[in-house]
Amino acid sequence: MDFALSPKHEMMKAMFREFAEKEVAPLAAELDEKSEFSWDLYRKMGQIGMFGLPYPQEYGGAGADYLTFVLACEEIGRACTSSAMLINGQNSINSGPIYRQGTEEQKRKYLVPIITGKALGAFCLTEADAGTDASNQQTTAVPDGSEWVIDGTKMFITNAGLADIYIIMAMTGTGNNPKGISAFIVEKDAPGLSFGKKENKMGVRASQTAEVILQDCRIPKENLLGKEGEGFKIAMQNLDSGRIGVGAISLGIAQAALDESTKYAKERQQFGRPIGANQAIQWMIADMATELEAARYLVYRAAWLRDQKKAHSKEASMAKLFASELAMRASVKAVQIHGGYGYMKEYKVERLMRDAKVCEIFEGTSEVQRMVISRAALT
Amino acid sequence: MQIIVCLKQVPNTNEVKFDTKTGTLVRDGVVSIINPDDKNALEEAIRLKELKGGTVTVISMGPPQAEYALREALAMGADEAILLSDWAFAGADTWATSLTLAHAIKKIGRYDLIFCGRQAIDGDTAQVGPELAEHLDLPQVTYVKKIIYIDNDKAVVERALEDGYEVIEVTLPAVLTAVKELNIPRYPTTSGIMDAFNVKKVSVWGIAQLASAAGLVGLNASPTQVKRTFSPAVKGDGELLTGSVKETVQTLLKELQEKHVL
Repeated sequence: MDFALSPKHEMMKAMFREFAEKEVAPLAAELDEKSEFSWDLYRKMGQIGMFGLPYPQEYGGAGADYLTFVLACEEIGRACTSSAMLINGQNSINSGPIYRQGTEEQKRKYLVPIITGKALGAFCLTEADAGTDASNQQTTAVPDGSEWVIDGTKMFITNAGLADIYIIMAMTGTGNNPKGISAFIVEKDAPGLSFGKKENKMGVRASQTAEVILQDCRIPKENLLGKEGEGFKIAMQNLDSGRIGVGAISLGIAQAALDESTKYAKERQQFGRPIGANQAIQWMIADMATELEAARYLVYRAAWLRDQKKAHSKEASMAKLFASELAMRASVKAVQIHGGYGYMKEYKVERLMRDAKVCEIFEGTSEVQRMVISRAALT
Repeated sequence: MQIIVCLKQVPNTNEVKFDTKTGTLVRDGVVSIINPDDKNALEEAIRLKELKGGTVTVISMGPPQAEYALREALAMGADEAILLSDWAFAGADTWATSLTLAHAIKKIGRYDLIFCGRQAIDGDTAQVGPELAEHLDLPQVTYVKKIIYIDNDKAVVERALEDGYEVIEVTLPAVLTAVKELNIPRYPTTSGIMDAFNVKKVSVWGIAQLASAAGLVGLNASPTQVKRTFSPAVKGDGELLTGSVKETVQTLLKELQEKHVL
């Protein structure tokens, strides 16, 4: 058993940290305030190769692994949750289905641009009535000659309107049956594809979220991804890596909450001494630091299991559940430690607390993770 | 164009603490980095290679862990790396260091340009680059902040001065030392990092591979002997003169005269 990162992983981590501190952190507050997606940051991250970490170099990936992916999400997440979401999406759900189920031609045409930072991806599963009940898809795809015709509306889609390539789940079979769902690749300029208004979100405001609307949307026959009826399986298989990624982003948020809290506890003077001299503050910091270490090893181990090609669905859920709930707890404590100042937008902890909440919701709510974990425990 | 870049692994002095009792750096847990000025030299060498073709060879003298500074250089785009590491080299001052590097560079044999950083953030001597040029009997330009023109025979560069710059034409091969104004070093790419560990190699040369330098390396061949290191005593507080302007000025003048300042 070895808890040390390899020199290669250490070098990756150091590079991600330097990039986060120099390129991402100075922009994070303003991007959040303006609710603005930074194309400049996206391009820089693409050039450095942050979007294809677990994929082979022959497709433009780094040829690294999921542990490297976790380090990227964590380090960038420490500076800006929205930017870390971009890394998570591009490395997991936006690319994984094409890498694992795509034809060689689809990989060349769609996977390569996504992971080399030349095309932004989006993964479209959620609908108004298909959230946690993801198989309750109302979007339909019907064959028509050499084309598929897709109709429906996808909701809360990350990168909607900005992305070049959309992976869309739609019913090709009948009834509320997961085996009736298929996956498709839709390009941004496909006829019949449009986007709803940009959502005005509580947090992760530099990540764009909107509806994806498909009205008589026509795409070539060959843009079916995998086999007909495999859509739900494809979605579920790729959610595991996305969950590990959200766990890692949560580590970044919790680490930032701890960093800000320790710094403030040493600086802030009340009654003639730093507030960190009070046991009430010390205990909050001790709990944050301890839980963060626990979360870190859950997330790293889930990534390691995936790299070893061992079963990891339960572990991915545990990592996501524990780390995201910690990010919430730690950021609330960080605001409390900062007192009135923590409630103001001038302080980073205010943003951390708003950003943390979504980690308990997307890529499967905490409740869904508990379902996955308890099912594994009870069988 | 064959370019050799000399670089040093140094503790990140932003994080390093100083033990005032022993007068030494507390290096435990401190991250090591490529010396910043050396990184500018490396960046410029890689840019020249991308522009003109050729290879970039990085070379460093240091303990075994200096391998990782060289791997980072490989990740940024250097082609080959040589680590000069041997107990025989230990304790070297700038003279012995530059002489060891010179012997290694002679062994490499082919080069059009040798690039160093201006100075290291731990030693701050700025001597190794110039000494290296002397050992190799090459022309040198220090404090290079811009390369205006370069071909296989000559280079025209801007040399930074305190209040301006000089434009210098130098024949190649030559030794140049870089300042941070020269460029902004790139981040290594993720695939570059993978290749630096999985594909590229760091060759390790000890005294056995550098036989020509026998007896000329390490502590015993270093003319500089460190007698003691210490922090200078903190100067006392200034003296505050009070009273009317006339009184304080007169007192000040008197004291300055007594101290022979005036």
